[in-house]
Amino acid sequence: MAQEEVDKILSQEYKLGFSVDIEADTVAPGLNEGVLRFISAKKEEPEWMLDLRIKALRKWEEMSEPHWAQLDYTPVDYQSVSYFSAPKQAPNSLDEVDEKILEAYEKLGIPLEEQKMLQGIAIDAVFDSVSVKTTYSKTLMDLGIIFCSISEAMREHPELVKKYMFSVVPMTDNYFATLNSAVFTDGTFVYVPKGVRCPMELSTYFRINAKNTGQFERTLIIADEGSYVSYNEGCSAPQRDENQLHAAVVELIANKNAEIKYSTIQNWYPGDEKGKGGIYNFVTKRGLCEGENSKISWTQVETGSSITWKYPSCVLKGDNSVGEFYSVAVTSKAQQADTGTKMIHIGKNTRSTIVSKGISAMHGQNTYRGLVKVSPNASGARNHSQCDSLLIGPNCGAHTFPYLESQNSFGQIEHEATTSKISDEQLFYLRQRNISEEDAVSMIVHGFCKEVFTQLPMEFAVEAKELLNLTLEGSVG
Amino acid sequence: MHAKIGDKEILKGLDLELQKGKIHVIMGTNGAGKSTLSKAIVGHYDVEVTQGEIIYKGKNLLEMEPEERALEGVFLSFQNPVEIPGVNNAYFLRNALNAKEKHHGQKETNAAEFLKLMRKHIEQLGMKPDMISRALNDGFSGGEKKRNEILQMEILQPEVIILDEIDSGLDIDALKSVSEGINRMKNGERTFLVITHYSRILDYIHPDYVHILQDGKIVKTGGPELVKILEAEGYQAVQKDL
Repeated sequence: MAQEEVDKILSQEYKLGFSVDIEADTVAPGLNEGVLRFISAKKEEPEWMLDLRIKALRKWEEMSEPHWAQLDYTPVDYQSVSYFSAPKQAPNSLDEVDEKILEAYEKLGIPLEEQKMLQGIAIDAVFDSVSVKTTYSKTLMDLGIIFCSISEAMREHPELVKKYMFSVVPMTDNYFATLNSAVFTDGTFVYVPKGVRCPMELSTYFRINAKNTGQFERTLIIADEGSYVSYNEGCSAPQRDENQLHAAVVELIANKNAEIKYSTIQNWYPGDEKGKGGIYNFVTKRGLCEGENSKISWTQVETGSSITWKYPSCVLKGDNSVGEFYSVAVTSKAQQADTGTKMIHIGKNTRSTIVSKGISAMHGQNTYRGLVKVSPNASGARNHSQCDSLLIGPNCGAHTFPYLESQNSFGQIEHEATTSKISDEQLFYLRQRNISEEDAVSMIVHGFCKEVFTQLPMEFAVEAKELLNLTLEGSVG
Repeated sequence: MHAKIGDKEILKGLDLELQKGKIHVIMGTNGAGKSTLSKAIVGHYDVEVTQGEIIYKGKNLLEMEPEERALEGVFLSFQNPVEIPGVNNAYFLRNALNAKEKHHGQKETNAAEFLKLMRKHIEQLGMKPDMISRALNDGFSGGEKKRNEILQMEILQPEVIILDEIDSGLDIDALKSVSEGINRMKNGERTFLVITHYSRILDYIHPDYVHILQDGKIVKTGGPELVKILEAEGYQAVQKDL
């Protein structure tokens, strides 16, 4: 097939690039203590939170942006970003939610309306900087499950927030996490009590709408002893010529015998073919398997953003705990992704699995960066890593940087890596068997991603497949 | 017809007519242009046809995309079927069948019906049951790949069947089951173009016509007796004879 055709498919327009005209309270660009006070006041936060924010800002001012990743981008001017934007009227119930916001979510296919709640997914939607609506809170409350915005959690459940926030990702963990600690605006809080199996998928949908704003959300999920929760997040943003900043922090804590499954479909605006516009996505995600036999599983499908810097990790502290990372990262157009994971084995007989699938097309650059560390006491630790790259067309790139550190000779680490190309011969073979070029590409790509997609909850897997088709439409040569 | 691969002209005025319902065999030495001919018919990207046309059902195949040719019933059994990791063999083949059914306005075979059909053919061809769940040609042995081509042929039920060295690298058992598959497809309507180096497959499938391809042209056409002459005296004898 001709390269042009592949490119045509790949350069397919971003479908979620609309913006909605909503009256918003937006703070003037710039970052200083005043902005933090403004955010904290808007959120009606307790005093202790404001103090923490200011502490983080002071620390951040002493740090410098890291540049070790395989990423090339125009530096961010942190003083030109607006750190807070919220729809003017803060809604308390679905009836009060601005119709235009609901319309926006409808366009995104987010089941916010009551009828769609029948699908059994509890949703928290974060529009720019505030949580607009959390559905199902009542049903969940009966089981003792807390599912609310992080702002609400600070007011209603300060003891839990104080205990766990910054416990997995310290306030000054890295440059972007520190920035987030200072300016985070909203996000989701989940607490599942002892022995409770959360009966439905919990979802958050993040949307950046306002111009020149950054989004800095914080998510904190705690699974108490013997509990289980599956949490999904999705995201999108309007198509804009300038780059927008997204720096989130996610912390997960799994206590003894608890399991957290965290799935992401990341579809921020990727920018155009020349690299103009798009979201800078600098995210710190980390889970702590605190208790024995606990399990944390990350599954991510990364198709958006112009720059992705993201390493969802697991600290396997409890004996026999399990960490998993399943990832599909697609870079098309001029997108760059530097993504992977860290598996830190501390407890005995801890196990981790890494399956990373990178797909590069057009001028996309895809880097896998992963660390597997086995500490001196982690006898019997086992890791299996598999990193596969698929190249579509001659102008893209794939890079793999696996770091292995073992301080215990009774650990077992395996690493496999492959790089393959969708070959003309494969496409021709399928076309000779009645299958159109586009379907052939999609069939090969889906085959490549299968191991990861099977980890996603059903509804999410369908969305991921469709998204992948859209992203790669026309990309073969 | 004239055709080239890269800058090299391979087919140099080839003229061939296939009779509906008949088995045609093309024999020739390496480099004579046998595979180029089969690639030209199915629209392979390596081959550029510089002169001439390929008429099938009143249409010039050269003006059609590869998948359109396939949908109209032209099937190539590949000499070296490519491996496609991750793509399930049954999933692929059902998609191929459904695409054809859709094209012809027929009801699409559902998953349950398809599995039944596939199991039947797998058994007939003496293939292992795991052929349903394995990835397409991925890690298949040479013989498994060839049987898988025949499996696809039997399920897709094409009208013009090109077999490019289906017999190469097969042991005697595989050769037999592949030949039986081909013979099951004979119905007086289907047309076969069998490309081969060797005469041994012709002990199992009985050709109606034999063509000798030399240096990009058909130099001799005859019946099955031509194979006997070739076997006894070699290509040089045929050439001398010209």
